[in-house]
Amino acid sequence: MSLNRDFDALVDADNGVISRELFVDRDLYELELDRVFARSWLLVGHAGRIPAPDDFFVSRMGNDSVILTQSRQGEIMVFLNSCPHRGMRVCRFDQGNAALFTCPYHGWSFSTNRERVEVPGQLIGVPRSEEGYSGQLDRVRWGLKRCPNVVNYKGSIWANWDPDAPPLEDYLGDMRRYLDVALDGRDGSPGGSQLLGGVQKWRIRCNWKTVAENFAGDLYHEVSHQSANLAEIGLAKGKGRRDALPLRHAIGFPGLGHGGLAFPPTTEPPLNLSPDYGDAEINAYYAEIHGRKVQNLAGKAHVNLVVGTIFPNMSFHANQPRSLAIVHPISPTEVEMWRMYLVDRDTPARVQDMLRRYYLRYSGPGGMTEADDMENWTQVTLASQGAIGRRQPFNYQLGLGKEAPVDGLAGGVASGSYSEGNARIFYRRWKDLMAAPGPFEAEGDARHGG
Amino acid sequence: MAAEWDSAVRRLLLQAEAEAFLVAEADCLDGRDFEAWLAMLTDDVKIWMPIVRNAESGGPVAETTAENFDANWFDEGIETLRQRVKQLATGVHWAEQPPSRTTRMVSNVRLIDIISRDGAATADDPFGDIAALAVRCRFLTYRNRNEDEQDFFIGKRNDTLCRADGGWRLARREVFLDQSVLLAKNLSIFF
Ligand code: FES
Ligand SMILES: [Fe+2]
Repeated sequence: MSLNRDFDALVDADNGVISRELFVDRDLYELELDRVFARSWLLVGHAGRIPAPDDFFVSRMGNDSVILTQSRQGEIMVFLNSCPHRGMRVCRFDQGNAALFTCPYHGWSFSTNRERVEVPGQLIGVPRSEEGYSGQLDRVRWGLKRCPNVVNYKGSIWANWDPDAPPLEDYLGDMRRYLDVALDGRDGSPGGSQLLGGVQKWRIRCNWKTVAENFAGDLYHEVSHQSANLAEIGLAKGKGRRDALPLRHAIGFPGLGHGGLAFPPTTEPPLNLSPDYGDAEINAYYAEIHGRKVQNLAGKAHVNLVVGTIFPNMSFHANQPRSLAIVHPISPTEVEMWRMYLVDRDTPARVQDMLRRYYLRYSGPGGMTEADDMENWTQVTLASQGAIGRRQPFNYQLGLGKEAPVDGLAGGVASGSYSEGNARIFYRRWKDLMAAPGPFEAEGDARHGG
Repeated sequence: MAAEWDSAVRRLLLQAEAEAFLVAEADCLDGRDFEAWLAMLTDDVKIWMPIVRNAESGGPVAETTAENFDANWFDEGIETLRQRVKQLATGVHWAEQPPSRTTRMVSNVRLIDIISRDGAATADDPFGDIAALAVRCRFLTYRNRNEDEQDFFIGKRNDTLCRADGGWRLARREVFLDQSVLLAKNLSIFF
């Protein structure tokens, strides 16, 4: 693989011109796994999936399978889901509870319980240990590979393989305030959200960046969703596909790569975005929530966001619908998309059911909005693979030169409502990372046999 | 003996009725006559397709997500189904424009239960004494779209067919797709 690609030629963000190679090239894809995914904070799941000790949830980081688990001591941990012995996928259930992770191949077993092992993930059981290894096998060295950085942020669990990773808070910067809109309660109470059961997982034949940048703030593609508007799938009857919102802005964070369709900070009372749900009980519930929100946020600077992306591959919707998505890379031209849905804690059953049904008709592969996105993404990918096609750069010039700092937002830049400014920010960040060796590239040589 | 014979024949007739309904429904959908399909559903119809998980058999986690509670692939009634048909009719629903080509095969149709009601079989309605049929089947839905996109949706279905106005209507459908990770990019067709 050529590590000396001319990244400035591939990504000319100043002029809004980006090569299609980014979306189809296998070498770039392989390099991304080392240089982007191996050192970025990645969303791996949610605390609601592992509420009790020994609960586990199998997730992915880049193209690796990982196990997210809570130990007996209540620590949240992430391990590579591949046996240190000879590589068997140790945990083959999507979710469950296990005191020990026992490898099905030769029976090595691993424990996270600090009462039984010095180092979580350590090898605890080895069949024929005396006979085969003279009892000499180093049980720490050959334990499950543990991810060094794991953070529970308001229920969302993030992990980063890089031992020199910056703290998650620094990595997120002020984008964290926008993530809060999804993770806090609708009344502004910190971390007041919870996850619905079930993770939607599905395959799309497109590059992962196409999905990530779409959610980073492409309001321009609203024409794609005309049919969902016409079908009036929204919660307010006869009013398009979504609650009516004031025009949002592309707000992004240069250097960090994050961005979303959002509103700048304000100390004005929050707008009441709830439509008439055509149901007195539900209207009263939302009126009460809004009243609490006005109180909770009084005098404080607060923000709002519809949809955003946290670099590299996590996207979220913060209002209605409200969900967390991860776009896992499978190949240069295939992804596995995961979507999990959020509601407030203590949401009355009727409201929760209304929201759940709305989320499912809006988002995911069966959603009347998202289904049309996937047609775009797959056809973009297909039409960018031809010998001539892949040599034509993409145009990202929408809103070029309109970038202006956002008051009250550290490092935030707005570039108008219809803008590809956030995509330009995303690809600049991508280029910065791709131009520098990844944290494990030295080991990477050994990976190929030295 | 005659009574037993009559009841066996009647069961066969009902089995044939159920199969004919499912086949006609598949024809309707494959022929993209979505309005006619909506007319085959009751107003309180429910279509539920759970997400399937790789769960340990006998373990604490259910293999399918819960109806009325979890996120599912589908868990919806007539209102949403009408919106879907409306969206298809806009002509700008890109996931189905150009439309997918579909072929729905329905097989292994088993009559699981015959639910009676107060009423009598009459000349007008020979099944006027029946409230509903519980029917189980396998489905294989082939979808091809654009040039080389193809999906096989294969699984099991539990259907409830209600007797109404001298005909059958679909009142409830449980769809169990044999995939944990959905291998299709979207679910823009009906199941
Ligand atoms: S591969 Fe896991 S014990 Fe051998
Ligand atoms: Fe979209």
